[in-house]
Amino acid sequence: MIFNYIGNYSLIISVIISLTIFFLSISNLQKINIKKKINLNKLNFFQFFFVLVSFFSLVVLFVLSEFSNITVFNNSHTTKPLFYKISGTWGNHEGSLLLWLLILTLSLFIYFLSSKSRPIKERLLTLIFQEVIIIGFLIFIIKTSNPFNQIFPIPKEGLGLNPILQDPILAIHPPVLYLGYVSTSIIFSSSLASLVQGNVNNLWAKHIKKWIFASWIFLTIGILLGSIWAYYELGWGGFWFWDPVENISLMPWLSLTALLHCILVLEKRSLLSSWTIILSISTFTLSVCGTFLVRSGILNSVHTFANDPERGLFILIFLFILVFLSLVIYFLFEKNLKTNNNKFNLLTKESSILINNWFIMYFLSVILIGTIYPIFLEVLSDQKISVGPPFFNKLLIPFLIPFLIFMSIGPNLNWIKNKIFENKIQLIIFFILNLILSFFIIKIFGRITLTFTILLAASFYLFYITFKDLIKKDYKNISQAISHFGFSLLILSILMNSILSKEIIANLKVGEEIKFMESTIKFKKVENSSRSNFKSLVGFFEINNKDDKKFLFKPEIRIYNQPQVITSEADIKTNFFKDKFFVINLVKGENYFNIRYQEKPLMIWIWLSTILIAIGGSVSFFKRYEK
Amino acid sequence: MKNRYFFIIIVLFFFFFIVLFKGLKNPNVYIPELQKEKNLSRFEASDFYSNTKTSSLDILNNNNFYLINIWASWCLPCREEHDYLIKLKEQNLIKLIGINYKDNFKNAKKFLNEMGNPYSKILKDKNGTVSIQLGAYGVPETFIIDKNKKIIKKIIGPIDKKIYNEILLIIK
Amino acid sequence: MKIIKFLPIIFLYFSLFPSFSNEKNSQLENKIFKNLRCIICQGQSIYDSQSDFAESMKLVVKQKLESGMSEDEIYIFFKDQYGEWISYDPEFNTNTYFLWGLPVLIFLLGGAIILRKLAVLKN
Repeated sequence: MIFNYIGNYSLIISVIISLTIFFLSISNLQKINIKKKINLNKLNFFQFFFVLVSFFSLVVLFVLSEFSNITVFNNSHTTKPLFYKISGTWGNHEGSLLLWLLILTLSLFIYFLSSKSRPIKERLLTLIFQEVIIIGFLIFIIKTSNPFNQIFPIPKEGLGLNPILQDPILAIHPPVLYLGYVSTSIIFSSSLASLVQGNVNNLWAKHIKKWIFASWIFLTIGILLGSIWAYYELGWGGFWFWDPVENISLMPWLSLTALLHCILVLEKRSLLSSWTIILSISTFTLSVCGTFLVRSGILNSVHTFANDPERGLFILIFLFILVFLSLVIYFLFEKNLKTNNNKFNLLTKESSILINNWFIMYFLSVILIGTIYPIFLEVLSDQKISVGPPFFNKLLIPFLIPFLIFMSIGPNLNWIKNKIFENKIQLIIFFILNLILSFFIIKIFGRITLTFTILLAASFYLFYITFKDLIKKDYKNISQAISHFGFSLLILSILMNSILSKEIIANLKVGEEIKFMESTIKFKKVENSSRSNFKSLVGFFEINNKDDKKFLFKPEIRIYNQPQVITSEADIKTNFFKDKFFVINLVKGENYFNIRYQEKPLMIWIWLSTILIAIGGSVSFFKRYEK
Repeated sequence: MKNRYFFIIIVLFFFFFIVLFKGLKNPNVYIPELQKEKNLSRFEASDFYSNTKTSSLDILNNNNFYLINIWASWCLPCREEHDYLIKLKEQNLIKLIGINYKDNFKNAKKFLNEMGNPYSKILKDKNGTVSIQLGAYGVPETFIIDKNKKIIKKIIGPIDKKIYNEILLIIK
Repeated sequence: MKIIKFLPIIFLYFSLFPSFSNEKNSQLENKIFKNLRCIICQGQSIYDSQSDFAESMKLVVKQKLESGMSEDEIYIFFKDQYGEWISYDPEFNTNTYFLWGLPVLIFLLGGAIILRKLAVLKN
């Protein structure tokens, strides 16, 4: 159909425009010609425009169920609801790459419009570096992952009707996540450009700060959406599995968080410039590295796109070219970085941000090494091992304790110099109260180790400190107060949730009942019904509390016939104190069902606190005045 | 000093590239193949016909080669390999033990009537736990046990001509 | 101080949660389930997986717990049968010195750099 051709040729036009921008920028570097500068704005727009046309064509093809297009054929179906037909556009390898490209070109367009305060040479260099990335992706898409390949004869029906993928949260999770990942490309390009020009100073920091905050906010929300989806849809009440694909999204987030703190130092005190550049390079590198690991088929995960190693090879080469170029540029131009030898003492904000970076880099290295080590071991010694949650827990949790303590102290220190603690006595008293409270909790609930006790104490302490800062109403630092409070709430919620969660797993027949702590779970009945594309089996369960309050749960089993998939829809009752989570499963060949009931305290606070972290960042992003 | 850093980083860089490049070629699906000889764990199962509980120690009591084959009537590749199992029985150099995996009794009997029964003894594994004692994870899987009660060969998937010849080499 | 006002609220909150009964066994079971990988659904633990194989493995774990095997012995059993891949917790042996050691090394290195930087500035 015509949109196949529109989509395809738009991409090719984009390549031509990108190459034009690239060479135009290079030639402009030699001699500044104002007339050509205006053209660059227009060219940027058209580069974005034609990618948008291409993307839009793919959406149209999905909506119209045009199965002459192989991508649509593989990933869509006529009976899919409209919303999911649209979101199916980016739910596959080729379409999601087109989304990458769309955001890449959009970011560049916005960048060039909004960077008028920057020296023209820096802007041109940013353009050049970004174009290298864009052209690389364009070639990758056109040569190996073209979404507009056609198939003949035209099939009557598509293959893509996996019900697990038809979920609203899963539909918006990729775009939000990509807005985070891909916009770090501008930070990357701008950092390299600024380095070459010797502009890595507080003015550049002020300019790039908005980009860093924007990327960070989107990445935070994107990861949150993924966890929420896993919790509600994957059936067993977990929200983080240390799965390779989850780790891959967490690594750029950690690097970006460290970068965010560094850019504030660079803006206020003109320090930590080399850290800033290195982190900018590493954040985007980790994003592309993540793309490689997920799409090349090198890792074993539930999330990976089905792929072939040829694509993997291309991304690998592209990734290493990027890294190589940035390394070369860094080493060539490092002397441009003015190492400011202003002295700062131990007890200052600068040093606490340095310590913050140290810990974040450690966490990042644990996750990176844990994720790619099995690959290395297999190549080097043909041994296959698995690295999963126990590894990450053992290496991360103990180090979280000093991190939380530093986080309680650091943000309240002054720049340059700090007097010894005010209110020392108040803090010590609270710390002791804290330990008592934690021991008290341990006594009731019994099963926690020393590490957890101290960790709990540290989290409470941080919670108290950040809460105190929040209600102090210091508008100068309100965004820091909100985000840090959100973070402490997150850690506390996760800890309490993992300590206090309880579950029961049992096999029950209709009419049977089972005791769970001080309640009884009664399996009342099963209702069968038929829907448009699945058969539904709903189990009715009544749980009686000791106060004789009754709760009715209706978890569902769905049996789809096209494709043959059985899914479990949990019944989740949420309130501010805890989530009650009920799941039912078929047992093959038996007349009983496998049921799982969990009580998970503070679950909703895990989501709310992450949103709070993002809100803190947004406040900073929208702040207009500077002191 | 800076040049030395640069050199080290470039070396690491190429090392990473080569390892990841090679890693692309490896399949990312794990198959628990037998790396070296392994002792056979003791297992217990019900006899297929009589339902009496039997222990592996009682079955593997002679100084023989044994072949333990996990099969099911609902498993298509099991049909492909069944002829080779019959041939192996006729060689009379190895005793075959069958483990009927998550199967229906009537269907399994029908299968044996249709395709022949190469097994000197058949055990039942209704819930899959016996196969796990052996280290299997699906059907068909076959284990070759030598005279010292060690697993010397593990075949994941159906026996084909090449594997059949390899087994013959071992038992002759 | 404000926090003293908070303490009774926190105490009340926690008393809403009933204390543990003896679910120690099922907790240990679940802990082991989460630690073993499913060979059929290779991205999931047998706790998360709904495949037949995962169900059989869970039965075997339960049988072995009942027969008195300890948690570590169960892991050794499965690793013996299926290789080290089956456990999510990598051992600390010659293959994994770098896995466990490298992050800690990086941490110590980072600490050393920071100490040196601050010491230099102090002088």
